[in-house]
Amino acid sequence: MSTVVVDERPAHLTRLTKSVRSWLPAAVVFATGLVSWQWLLPDVAGIESFLLPRFSDVMDALWTERDALRAGAWITFKEALGGLLLGSVAGIAGALALARWRPLGSALMPYFIAANAVPVIAFAPVTNAWFGTLSPWSKIVIAAVLCFFPVLVNTLRGLTSVHPSSIELMHSYAASERATFWKLRIPTSMPFVFTALKVAAVLAMIGAVVGDFFGGSTEALGVAIQSSVALSRYEVAWAAILVASLLGIVLYSGVALLERVLIRWHPAARDD
Amino acid sequence: MTTPETVVSLAGVTKTFPKGGVTAVQDIDLDVGRGEFISLIGPSGCGKSTLLRIVGDLVSPSAGTVSVNGKPAARARLDRDYGIVFQAAVLYDWRTVTKNIALPLELLGWNRTTRRARVAEMLELVELTGFERHYPWQLSGGMQQRVSIARALSFEPALLLMDEPFGALDEMTRERLNLELLRIWAETGSTVIFVTHSISEAVFLSTRVVVMSPRPGKIAGVVPIDLAQPRGVTTREDPRFFEHVTSVRELLHAIGADSIEPTLVEGFE
Repeated sequence: MSTVVVDERPAHLTRLTKSVRSWLPAAVVFATGLVSWQWLLPDVAGIESFLLPRFSDVMDALWTERDALRAGAWITFKEALGGLLLGSVAGIAGALALARWRPLGSALMPYFIAANAVPVIAFAPVTNAWFGTLSPWSKIVIAAVLCFFPVLVNTLRGLTSVHPSSIELMHSYAASERATFWKLRIPTSMPFVFTALKVAAVLAMIGAVVGDFFGGSTEALGVAIQSSVALSRYEVAWAAILVASLLGIVLYSGVALLERVLIRWHPAARDD
Repeated sequence: MTTPETVVSLAGVTKTFPKGGVTAVQDIDLDVGRGEFISLIGPSGCGKSTLLRIVGDLVSPSAGTVSVNGKPAARARLDRDYGIVFQAAVLYDWRTVTKNIALPLELLGWNRTTRRARVAEMLELVELTGFERHYPWQLSGGMQQRVSIARALSFEPALLLMDEPFGALDEMTRERLNLELLRIWAETGSTVIFVTHSISEAVFLSTRVVVMSPRPGKIAGVVPIDLAQPRGVTTREDPRFFEHVTSVRELLHAIGADSIEPTLVEGFE
């Protein structure tokens, strides 16, 4: 007879141990990163402060420049969010239209795929000419165009990658095209759409910051990074980069959260 | 065995696929009476699935006529005269058990209250009460297939078409679902056309077994199964059960396709 080991620790404690154990490696990496940034790189490796200022100096700059950074962050975040919304809505709408009218899709698809390979960011100086250097619209449009193609291509793939037997089932019920679209194609495409939206969230942030580089409201985050570097205020530039990174994470997490809420049935949302 | 009312009538049905010119089925004549349980059996590639799809108007025949409930097959499909169960359960991942079963009812425009009442009935019929809010991935293969059967029966179609519904399941689950299917068939009084690879399954379930020969698929013979109803666990031990199994096997042997057991599982189409 084998011995049965009974875990007598309370359930919540076991759970706590478990979650600590799963977070521990990441926390160790984080701490190591900070220690290297603060001491190892400047003191041991001799990295100059214009290459990478000490962590504590960046934190200082973050605190002293907090008002300017907050204002800049808000401007750039609005540009990115505006671009993400505009580009995604247009991408999804485009994909719906192309899935509905297949000849249109086959006529336009090669161009969309080609356009997907164009470095859209190269247009940033031009959009400034189109919409005005100081206008947020020049940045929103760049971010939107960056988001548009991946969302369009992925959504279309989702709408058209329905399993044949699922279609056959709808056919056996004599379901209308419309019903098949709403009850089958749209739900099938959802995971594809969210994969694209997560990519788009990152691209939108890139578009907004790089758009700022080519001119924008003097307060914008991208402009702040550029002018701080020009003035050799590297710790301020790094503080702004840190803020931009945080904004990117916020935008991405927002989309990921929406995904979890909307498609709870999907494997990505399975807890066990 | 003749029954007064014919549900499915096939006359001279032939299907040649334009791609490669393969003739899947040829000159099929078959009448299925109300309340019958017909199995189509034969080796892989004998066109039995194609024949089932022709009855369901999912594939159109190259020649011959198909009538379901006295109407052309296309009309019968539009009238939702049949429910279909595939080898894979084909449940929609984003729908709970309840909503999967309710799918055809939604398409028929039933309101929420009547849908809910019918789903509850169906869950009881397939013994899945308590799993209303589960998603397909939370169910075993056998449970998924029961949901699929419940969905096919939810709108009370006169005809149930089943394309190797238990082919992907293990032997024990399969035998249990066979019993359940017979109970459901008796309770609902529906007419069933059932495609299978398994001789014993065909004999156990059917009132008639239609044996098909391969390439091109033709009817090699029809074996009436007059085992007593209702059938149960002991039916499989009845000497007459073995006699029927033998006669089906001999027919398959005569067409050179006797070695089809143990069950072959065809890949997904």
